[in-house]
Amino acid sequence: MGLESALGEGYLTTTLDALIGWARKNSLWPMPMGVSCCAIELMSAGDPRHDISRYGMEVMRFSPRQSDVMIVAGTVTYKMAKVVRKIYDQMAEPRWVIAMGACASSGGMFRSYSVVQGIDLFVPVDVYAAGCPPRPENLFNALLVLQKKISSSSVLEYRNSKESLIVT
Amino acid sequence: MSTPYNTTEDYFDVPVLTGQLPPKEKRTKLLQALLDMDPDISFDDPLENDMILNMGPSHPATHGVLRILLRLDGETIVNAMPELGYLHRGYEKIAENETYHEFITHTDRLDYLQPVHNNIGFILAVEKLLGIEAPPRAQYIRTMLGELARISSHLVAFGVMAMDVGAMTLLLWCFREREKIHDIFDLVIGARFTTSYTRIGGLSQDITDEGLHAIRAFLEQFPERLNEGERLLNRNRIFVDRCRGTGVISGEQALAWGLTGPNLRASGVALDLRRDTPYLVYNDLDFEVITEPECDSLARYYVRLREMKESVRMVYQCMDKIPAGSIHAHEPKKVLPRKERIYTRMEELIHDFMIVNFGVNPPSGEVHHAIESSKGQLGFHIVSRGEGHPWRLKIRSPSFCNLQALPVLLKGHMLSDILAILGSLDPVMGEADK
Amino acid sequence: MNLHLEQLVNTLRERFGDAVEDVVDFRDDVIVTVHRDIIVEAATLLRDNPECPFPLCEDVFGIDAFTEKKRFEVNYRFFSLEKNERVHLKVRVDEDDAVVPSITDVFPCAGWYEREAWDMIGVTFSGHPDLRRIYMPEDYEYFPLRKDFPLMGVSGSIPLPKRG
Repeated sequence: MGLESALGEGYLTTTLDALIGWARKNSLWPMPMGVSCCAIELMSAGDPRHDISRYGMEVMRFSPRQSDVMIVAGTVTYKMAKVVRKIYDQMAEPRWVIAMGACASSGGMFRSYSVVQGIDLFVPVDVYAAGCPPRPENLFNALLVLQKKISSSSVLEYRNSKESLIVT
Repeated sequence: MSTPYNTTEDYFDVPVLTGQLPPKEKRTKLLQALLDMDPDISFDDPLENDMILNMGPSHPATHGVLRILLRLDGETIVNAMPELGYLHRGYEKIAENETYHEFITHTDRLDYLQPVHNNIGFILAVEKLLGIEAPPRAQYIRTMLGELARISSHLVAFGVMAMDVGAMTLLLWCFREREKIHDIFDLVIGARFTTSYTRIGGLSQDITDEGLHAIRAFLEQFPERLNEGERLLNRNRIFVDRCRGTGVISGEQALAWGLTGPNLRASGVALDLRRDTPYLVYNDLDFEVITEPECDSLARYYVRLREMKESVRMVYQCMDKIPAGSIHAHEPKKVLPRKERIYTRMEELIHDFMIVNFGVNPPSGEVHHAIESSKGQLGFHIVSRGEGHPWRLKIRSPSFCNLQALPVLLKGHMLSDILAILGSLDPVMGEADK
Repeated sequence: MNLHLEQLVNTLRERFGDAVEDVVDFRDDVIVTVHRDIIVEAATLLRDNPECPFPLCEDVFGIDAFTEKKRFEVNYRFFSLEKNERVHLKVRVDEDDAVVPSITDVFPCAGWYEREAWDMIGVTFSGHPDLRRIYMPEDYEYFPLRKDFPLMGVSGSIPLPKRG
């Protein structure tokens, strides 16, 4: 779709890859899927002390059609999983997912009948940020790792490269 | 793009287009309840005029994952049905499998805007069951940090209500102040957000002079910041017009629907558990119970604003009266011993082993203790059968009870009033869904 | 037990006689076990009591006591603003006959509390206007807070979307 189909193989693609990667990583618009306590730390990441707009990400679009990265912040229950998956399906590609917090990464401290033990059971995740809740600085670390992944990935191979990175 | 959902019906529980309802056998119970609740709405037009709008769980302004189904006649709300359960984490079932000490970290995540308060509420219930009392210094510190947590929770309510109505500046200012409170918690407790501060019989660590100094420095500049925020909103034509007269509920109705906390006090009913059934050191403090006679959203906003100022006064009084002493009660088999004694003495080693592995063994019985949290009355009912973990723990969460009044508050208002009303009601879904 | 609560218990005993089965006083909390047939009248009496009215229904919840007889308990808590007192009523029902009359006509706020008790424990409330699940999905088949339901749940009881 779009750029990828118009490009072929060759030396031009590496420069274009770098350019497109640079543009994409510096203008990520997050979709804050703030479900519980981590959402408050996500909001704190946007406050004047830890300023998320220095990375260009203060544009928290709550519409999936207009956003690039979905930050799942909080415990996802089985009832909510269907909703998260719907939102993920509606996002336009290229899209990335950050699992923020212990609950989104692996179920966290809630090992019970209604909590999904990790959102990677139903959405592909790119970066995991650990913490309960992760400090805003930790979330920025995760965002920087994601930016590195975006800038180093090739546009043509986007769909194949889905390895996840773990951040501690 | 292959997805597991292929048809529109799989995606949407409610109709997308106006006037098209699914046939009766395919309707969900929620939709049917929404339609049944007002059977006496009659229309002249044979095509039904009302539209069903889903204000879904993923929404920027629903304070978490709250789903509201609205039945609209144009822009006017005919009926509203909140649906909960999108954050139901099974706290009460988890509590039946954990010791009392292990559950303290879970209580942080209940009302996640004021974790210290939830810790205090739970530990007071456990101490009531065990029949022990924390020493005075611990009680003063608990009160002080509890009031700071109340200030930080009201700041979020303040900021988010203003943002939902349109005044985005205030959210950033409130979060700036909240960061200062988080710094204080970081300094005193060690964690900025999910604190797990209280322990049975006391606290996890003592407060130092540096901590007291930091609290004083924060409190000295806080009223001026609050003033700046007030100057933006109190006489702001847009804010006042959007909030005045919306979400009116009288005092008796509020009691009948189970509202507590600032929502009830804004309807003129002076119920404040800090004064009426005092716990911790509220008996020694001098404070006012703030009520407002008009029962609308603006009154709820004013109550929270004035409560923040009262909390500042209360923290000053606590800091002046705080006594010296230990912060742990002297109950060897129930209170976790100090680490340095565990490594050097045998009795403490054995007690620590027993308490951590098997739990404190309280007597059999049922107790209930309620505190006044920033959302309302937060109560913990513990049924114990003499084991280290509770047989049943019931959390009476104020947001759950406050949300029940939402259909009553919303009926007859316009679509854009929902945000002002929901912001003034201030529910927190972590607590409402347990 | 202080004066107001003693008077209240005596009033209940005079009015209902044997239906007031048991009174427990532990750590200043008074728990009165009553028979389920009189719970609506008892709630009305508490709300309209002239000396010590209880206008606020704090909570209604269920407990699974896991005994042979009278397995489920439904607990009601009321708060009096004038006298700052709390009272706790308890109704015990058998597993086969887990039906309790609903008090939503007396206290509207009991609507959601009883829905939660139905969802978690499985006690039906007769006369409830809208008895549906509140926390679990609508078509869930189990009652989570029963003691024979495992903590991790029954796998496959709520479907999860497929990972694309």
